Amino acid sequence: MGLWLAVAMFYTATGRAAVTAVPDTLQQRIAACTACHGEHGEGRVKSGFFPRLAGKPVAYLVRQMQNFQNGLRKYAPMEYTVRQLSPAYMQEIARYFAAQQVPYRRSPIPTVSATTLRRGEQLAQHGDPGRRIPACASCHGRRLTGAQPSIPGLIGLPYDYISSQLGAWRSGTRSAPAPDCMAEIAQRLRASDIDAVAAWLASRARSTDMQAEPAGSMSPPMRCGVLNPGEGGR
Amino acid sequence: MSRKAGVVGVVAVLALLGLGAGRLLALGAGFGSTASAAPVVEGPLDRPGLIARGRYLATIGGCVACHTAQGGKPYAGGRMLSTPFGAIPSSNITPDPATGIGRWHFDDFWRAMHTGKGRRGERLYPAFPYTSYTKLRRDDVLAIFAYLRSLSPVNQPRKALGLSFPYSVRSSLLAWRALYFDEGVYQPDPGRSVAWNRGAYLVQGLGHCNECHAPRNRFGAIPRHPRLSGGLIPVLDWYAPNLSAQPGGGLQGWSTQDIVDLLKTGRSARGSVFGPMSDVVVRSTQYMRDDDLRAVATYLHSLPSPPQAPSALPASAGQPRLKQGREIYRQRCASCHGKRGQGIAGVYPPLDGNASVTEPTGINAIRSVLLGGFAPVTQANPRPYSMPPFAQQLDDAEVAAVVSYLRQAWSNNSGAVEAGDVARYRQTPVD
Ligand code: HEC
Ligand code: HEC
Ligand code: HEC
Ligand code: HEC
Ligand code: HEC
Repeated sequence: MGLWLAVAMFYTATGRAAVTAVPDTLQQRIAACTACHGEHGEGRVKSGFFPRLAGKPVAYLVRQMQNFQNGLRKYAPMEYTVRQLSPAYMQEIARYFAAQQVPYRRSPIPTVSATTLRRGEQLAQHGDPGRRIPACASCHGRRLTGAQPSIPGLIGLPYDYISSQLGAWRSGTRSAPAPDCMAEIAQRLRASDIDAVAAWLASRARSTDMQAEPAGSMSPPMRCGVLNPGEGGR
Repeated sequence: MSRKAGVVGVVAVLALLGLGAGRLLALGAGFGSTASAAPVVEGPLDRPGLIARGRYLATIGGCVACHTAQGGKPYAGGRMLSTPFGAIPSSNITPDPATGIGRWHFDDFWRAMHTGKGRRGERLYPAFPYTSYTKLRRDDVLAIFAYLRSLSPVNQPRKALGLSFPYSVRSSLLAWRALYFDEGVYQPDPGRSVAWNRGAYLVQGLGHCNECHAPRNRFGAIPRHPRLSGGLIPVLDWYAPNLSAQPGGGLQGWSTQDIVDLLKTGRSARGSVFGPMSDVVVRSTQYMRDDDLRAVATYLHSLPSPPQAPSALPASAGQPRLKQGREIYRQRCASCHGKRGQGIAGVYPPLDGNASVTEPTGINAIRSVLLGGFAPVTQANPRPYSMPPFAQQLDDAEVAAVVSYLRQAWSNNSGAVEAGDVARYRQTPVD
């Protein structure tokens, strides 16, 4: 909120407004976004539901805004805020957040058993072939920090956020362009698997290098619409 | 209005199926159906000049906003229009022969636009604002038809009606139409200027402004209202203010330029646009030619002052609450809206004398504070500034305090709102 104070009006003794400088910056313009996502897109520490945007791939961020516009993703206040934004403006805003470098903070995780954590690690690193669940790392990057240009990192996300997003894919309030690989994976996970993988991911130490893997370095084991644009489509 | 008195509930309630109660006021005025204006030589539809004119008119008419599903193909229909009685899907108006208007003749299209009847003669729901479009001249309707026929066909079957019995039966519209629908092309008023008549034609017809900016009554027993006298939009829960620029009107003190600016850029020296009016500006009015915008302003300037309606809200919130509101304003709002509610020109709207702050219900200010958001993105304002949402930071009593303060601060003089009013509007309908 510090920014708003920076633009406080100054009055002369006669009560007339002295020339007021509202910073002509993107940061000043997007006060709505930063109120929920943090000044630098660091996310809300106290509530894991307000996700971090900082450092996520530009194309990923733009697509999420579009998904809120076209109804693939549901969350009323977000839908209202991005409803009228143009593609060019969304691109500019996404570039701002993608370029922010702010340290990841540890978010609270529920107390879970060692067995649960092992199950989470198993899913993230190796998957569960018996249930046709591929390893999260096979798409989200060997270090689970994402892959350019479209796959977000999973390290650094709060437990609440990961589990609610997987839940949203199961209930249909979040979708991605078809074929929606994440929706299929979320369907194959049991509720206890979602807990386990969210808890394990959220408990990972943040490495100093959180860069996403370069484009083309992953070969996804399933087809995802967002990775092969033009295929399937909405 | 005695004609309405004996009407059974269903019919009365059907009045609400329209986005537009605009019609209600024409009732009793006694206009019969007017024969359509000058005969039009129809000629071929694929004339570039005709198509270009049709495209402009369709843009002002806002057809694409309703006839496009969220994330869907333009004009292919499938958006569900909410009414208090359920949802009505818009139709596919691309030239697809099987699912759109590919097999329609111009006469079919004219009948839909002018009389609100489909190709097979079925009565259309007034969620389609034919109640306003009936005012369009035949040559303009032809141009729109030519434009729609020039689009690429999209095969997209009609969605199912989301209405329950008896509203689902189209013949139930018979009585509604008898009561509320006056068919007839706009008749110019020879006593007024060309600009005034053009403005009236655009506002009453294509712009269908009255579909939102007029009151609607739950029971259909509506007293006669002047045009554009302001009204709450059902389901969406936004108040579309009175559009008279006379004393006591919602646009009191607005110059022609203020009105033109607002419709063209989404902001003005008097206030900025949000909620459903954003769609109108983004999709339609920003593309209006300057002469048409000035014509609209000329017409709005002539609207009479509204009658002084007693407010349903308590006159004052009481000193402690106002003091709390003033303090919240100083801490959280004044940096953008100014100590005296004067705003910052071209960046942040003033709140002093702002019709969205002083409108009778208080809903717009409550919801603006809860939701925050961006002024609309327009060609003239491609990177708008925004307001943070306060839904998380302020509780119901605090929002009520700051809104009550706004409504009574500076030159504003409107009734207070209660915490209970705020609680009701925390849920955001988004479509
Ligand atoms: C009222 C608070 C609020 C405002 C204002 C808001 N957001 Fe969000 N945003 C959220 C929440 C909560 C979510 C997660 C929703 C969900 O559960 O899917 C979200 C999700 C997102 C996502 C998806 C993140 C991901 O990792 O998938 C992006 C991108 C985003 N917001 C960008 C923005 C931008 C840009 C703005 C301003 C134009 C904005 N938001 C305004 C609350 C808000
Ligand atoms: C086949 C590739 C693939 C695999 C395997 C995969 N994901 Fe994803 N995941 C994606 C893609 C693509 C997205 C971006 C979806 C979008 O654009 O909305 C994504 C997004 C996500 C998100 C949303 C992140 C955010 O910031 O909102 C979460 C959470 C997630 N995946 C969890 C997992 C978990 C847990 C696993 C392992 C059980 C997994 N994913 C396996 C492709 C994959
Ligand atoms: C406020 C929303 C709205 C706007 C604006 C709107 N329409 Fe529609 N329109 C509808 C709905 C809803 C229907 C379906 C009505 C029904 O099924 O009874 C419809 C039906 C129609 C039909 C009848 C189609 C059929 O298959 O019977 C035509 C033709 C049409 N609209 C043309 C237009 C044109 C041209 C414009 C712009 C000048 C326009 N509409 C603007 C909501 C709208
Ligand atoms: C879909 C409903 C809808 C339609 C159609 C509509 N309006 Fe509005 N209008 C609103 C709402 C709601 C507001 C209040 C929010 C705001 O001020 O932006 C509003 C506000 C306005 C204001 C600003 C008042 C103020 O104090 O800021 C003007 C001027 C206006 N409308 C003119 C028009 C004109 C002219 C038309 C027709 C071309 C029109 N509107 C059509 C819903 C609508
Ligand atoms: C960071 C700057 C900023 C702050 C702080 C701010 N606003 Fe706003 N406010 C705006 C902007 C920008 C708009 C126009 C939004 C739009 O058009 O959708 C606006 C619009 C409004 C409106 C609707 C008026 C109109 O014409 O659009 C009201 C009412 C309002 N603000 C009240 C408040 C209150 C009360 C507070 C404090 C609790 C506040 N604002 C804090 C920037 C701000």
